Amino acid sequence: MNLLLIAILLALMAVGYRLGTRRSRRVSTERKERLHSLPQHYGTLVALWCGIPAFIVLVLWMATQSGYLESVALSELPAAVQTADEGTKLSAVTRVMAIADGTGVVGEVSAEEQAAADAVAQARLIRTLAAVALAAALAIGGFLFTLRRITPKLQARDQIEFVVKALLFVSSLIAILTTVGIVLSMLTEAIRFFSFVSPIDFFFGTEWRPTFSSTGAGGAGEYGLLPLLLGTLLVSVIAMLVAIPVGLMTAIYLANYASPRLRATAKPIIEILAGIPTIVYGFFALVTVGPALHGLGETLGIDISATSALTAGLVMGIMIIPFISSIADDIITQVPRSLRDGSLGLGATKSETIRKVILPAALPGIVGAFLLAVSRAIGETMIVVLAAGNSPVLQGNPLEAVSTVTVTIVNQLTGDTDFASPQSLVAFALGLTLFVMTLALNVVALYIVRKYREQYD
Amino acid sequence: MADVALAPSPAPDAPRTRSADLIARSLSRRRRAEVRFRAYGLAAVIAAIAFVVFLFWTILQSGLPAFFQAAMTVEVTLDPAVIDVGPRPVRADFPNEAAFAAADLAWQTALAGKNFGSLIERAVNAVLATPASSRDIRAIYASNERFRLRDMVAADPGLIGRTIPFTLVASADVDVWFKGNIDRSLPENQQQLTLAQQQITDAMIADGTMKSVFASWIFTNVDSRSSPATAGLAGAFMGSLFMMLVVIALSVPIGVAGAIYLEEFAPKNRITDLIEVNINNLAAVPSIVFGLLGAAVFINAMHLPLSAPIVGGLVLSLMTLPTIIIATRGVLRAVPPSIREAATGLGASRVQVVFHHVLPLVIPGILTATIIGVAQALGETAPLLLVGMSAFVANIPTGLFDQSTALPVQLFLWQGNENRNFFEPRTSAAIIVLLGLMILLNALAIFLRQRFQTRW
Amino acid sequence: MDQPASPPTKMGVSVTSRATEGSAAAAPVKVSAQNVDVFYGEKHAIKGVSINIPERSVTAFIGPSGCGKSTFLRCINRMNDLIEGCRVTGRILLDDDDINDRSVDVVLLRARVGMVFQKPNPFPKSIYDNVAYGPKIHGLARTRAEMDAIVEQSLRKAALWDEVKDRLKEPGTGLSGGQQQRLCIARAIAVSPEVILMDEPCSALDPIATARIEELIDELRQNYTIIIVTHSMQQAARVSQQTAFFHLGNLVETGSTEFMFTNPHDQRTQDYITGRFG
Repeated sequence: MNLLLIAILLALMAVGYRLGTRRSRRVSTERKERLHSLPQHYGTLVALWCGIPAFIVLVLWMATQSGYLESVALSELPAAVQTADEGTKLSAVTRVMAIADGTGVVGEVSAEEQAAADAVAQARLIRTLAAVALAAALAIGGFLFTLRRITPKLQARDQIEFVVKALLFVSSLIAILTTVGIVLSMLTEAIRFFSFVSPIDFFFGTEWRPTFSSTGAGGAGEYGLLPLLLGTLLVSVIAMLVAIPVGLMTAIYLANYASPRLRATAKPIIEILAGIPTIVYGFFALVTVGPALHGLGETLGIDISATSALTAGLVMGIMIIPFISSIADDIITQVPRSLRDGSLGLGATKSETIRKVILPAALPGIVGAFLLAVSRAIGETMIVVLAAGNSPVLQGNPLEAVSTVTVTIVNQLTGDTDFASPQSLVAFALGLTLFVMTLALNVVALYIVRKYREQYD
Repeated sequence: MADVALAPSPAPDAPRTRSADLIARSLSRRRRAEVRFRAYGLAAVIAAIAFVVFLFWTILQSGLPAFFQAAMTVEVTLDPAVIDVGPRPVRADFPNEAAFAAADLAWQTALAGKNFGSLIERAVNAVLATPASSRDIRAIYASNERFRLRDMVAADPGLIGRTIPFTLVASADVDVWFKGNIDRSLPENQQQLTLAQQQITDAMIADGTMKSVFASWIFTNVDSRSSPATAGLAGAFMGSLFMMLVVIALSVPIGVAGAIYLEEFAPKNRITDLIEVNINNLAAVPSIVFGLLGAAVFINAMHLPLSAPIVGGLVLSLMTLPTIIIATRGVLRAVPPSIREAATGLGASRVQVVFHHVLPLVIPGILTATIIGVAQALGETAPLLLVGMSAFVANIPTGLFDQSTALPVQLFLWQGNENRNFFEPRTSAAIIVLLGLMILLNALAIFLRQRFQTRW
Repeated sequence: MDQPASPPTKMGVSVTSRATEGSAAAAPVKVSAQNVDVFYGEKHAIKGVSINIPERSVTAFIGPSGCGKSTFLRCINRMNDLIEGCRVTGRILLDDDDINDRSVDVVLLRARVGMVFQKPNPFPKSIYDNVAYGPKIHGLARTRAEMDAIVEQSLRKAALWDEVKDRLKEPGTGLSGGQQQRLCIARAIAVSPEVILMDEPCSALDPIATARIEELIDELRQNYTIIIVTHSMQQAARVSQQTAFFHLGNLVETGSTEFMFTNPHDQRTQDYITGRFG
């Protein structure tokens, strides 16, 4: 049905294009005037005016249809259903919709349901007819109107280009809309969560027990962020301790010491690490690294959990190495050659030049790279889900299992709990916290890196 | 500084010799420092490469054997006494399509009700020296094999009454035993197979009935809980495919259009500055945040179905969008202004310049960026968990709104299975498939880049 | 102070000093190149250059751009080692040591043969740290006071002390172009080199700053052997005592500056000096 409508519309647009092209040529010969634009432009203009308004109407209609019909169904159902809780309403409406669609339902169809379904079917028919009629009127109207407007003076090309530019602009706005969507959805759901739990208890609480309540406050449980934040911090710090030295020294070696051949081989190999999905790292941590660390701990007489902040952090560090090494490589090679030559010309060794001239000169850029890496580490999910052990307790021992903000988001939203319960909503408060933290790091880091690049441009 | 008394101007040679001496004396220390520093660098490079090698080696040596599984070939007699349900209905015998469909369904249901297990049991007992109990025999082959046998008969009812060779896939526990992935010396109560089952298995291995075969069903079957040995990736693969189609259909046109606007048309003002900063930030937002966005907007507000590729695809599209915009802007920027000037000089409008002259030049670059973006989206797991794609789905999805899972999520589900001895290698095998796809995509990107590389 | 090899006497054109090698032979030779060839990959950039450079004087390398004068200059403290695919053959002697010998430590060599570059390249550090950098890495100062003294002396010798003594902690990149270049000279002097190589040190500077650097070079030749590459013949005439003319990788002619500019042997030198090409 919908496809058929679209097909008819497209066919109409094609006809509009042909007629517009022909008419513009004819008008031009009749009036012996040069056309402002190419005949094809006039054809396109007719097609656009024919298609776009009708298309918008059809899309709006399709997008709102099911919501509208559900509200009709609900209003036709008995008052008892209308005042019931969300779940009951939803299942009642679903039944009515199924009856109206003729797909059949389990059990007997009651008289009220049948009545509501009839009403829905009727509303659907009326609304569909109305939408199709409106779309048809717009399409034919736009078609005829534009066709008659065609004169050699009509600036068809400029009008088409305006439409094109508008489309391009709207596309570039999608990115902004995404950010707005993230912020709004996080905020609204987080505010709903804060109607259950006070923000103070959330941000400064030291206990994380979302299902069981020790205070007896209506099953709300304890939602203290601090244990999760500490877990995130532990894992990120360990990851940075692995990634920064290895990544930075790799970049330095490849940029300053390695032969072109080694550089050409080693760089892509190391960048493979960046392309591996994080779930693979998680599995690797869980199956290989964790048990190995546990075994190592046993030999040394230290108690290391197989899933711990150390396991997750170590593997996350490996994941971040190429990230640091490639940004650091960019930044180091941007340090002007003249500085390097100046230092070497004074008799400094290569390592002295790197440590005392190149790195200080590249410092802002490198700090920016580190901050971006930290932001990645705290937002990383699958490695910690699999390998950090999920133990939301406020403790600072990296050899023990921990839980992080991201792990908890996954845990809270993948269970069977109701979306409107604090157990689920807390995920959005956590997500908001995570978003704000990474946003702050990214903004600062990107600013530093940009300033750094400008300095040597 | 001011109070430092200047040494009386020395003879010009004096400080020179002194400094030469000092430098010479420090040389060996500095040489050592240089060597050390260089060694640190080399060690870092070696460590990084070693991580890559170790990671791949671990996964390959654990995953490759999982592509081969224990299976036993037996002669199954399709005894009409057990399974005959009469001939399959023929369309010509029925007045209309509905009546035929109903009769055919009834025939299939009747066939499904027949005891194919007993046929297999007989066939297995035929190769054993001493007959085993039904329970033991059911424990050694994958339960899905009964249905496979049934489907064979349904597809070709002429088989009824004949004896056919049939390769039974061994159950997961037998496969673990067969490969020695469990310690055989453990006492019986810690084994997954009972002593009797172990003996049956060993007997079949000894007489050559049980052999290792290539597990093609990993690619053709869907996930299964009751019959883990025959669980496959087909459903997850189709789910991922549908999501990637959504990603390509949405994020490529929107991303390219947005990039063209920003690079070619946008005036330098605060709004475009804001968009620019915003896109760079969006590229660094953790993927799980996009999952939360999907859960709140697509699932909760727009009531799109849980676990559907359309939702996963939308989330991944939003995530891939900044990558594509940034990469496309990069290739657009690399087009030399002379090309734009030449076209503008001939009287082309800005839009014509971009669409007729600039865009065709950067299509290979955009293609490369798209493939890299898609490869990245293909491996993404966390946001999909939040839009319900971690549910167990036993069917191959046929559309964007069907329930489905995705390759990386399937990994997540398999690695969490309790039967670790079987599923750890199985997960590694799935990782090999996923990485193989990603390497293929990246190789394609590299090929395109080199094949169509534009030289200005 | 030793007498410079060819004192800049006015109109001192005499037949005796006309011999190309003759004038230089009078003073002790500091740097001596024998049959030096340089290749960049396949490109033969320097072809069999032999030259003697006298101690404590200024020697100018002139020639059209791309003639190899900078390349040859960079051989003298082995800066060409840093360029991929660059190969140097022949012998270059500093005093009596072959600088390309295996036993020679390039660090020590570069401490003895300092270098000032075309564009001022102060490190993004304070003025003080810029000058102290060399002495610090070479361990030339044991105490803070010694370092202060080295920095002050170097800045004085580079005629920069009075301008910067009150702002030693400010970044060196904040100075004007001419000051930056003198800072780079001070930085080179701080290591007490014997030879200072200058690769078109004034090409990025305005005429006033250039004049100050030229004055400074004239001062410095009291204590240092200076080799300067310049594209300006006037500059060569103003600051140098010897001049070497390079063309297409060949050393065409060397001699005392006055002769070179008044009475060159080679037609190519003549053409270059009179501005027929360049």
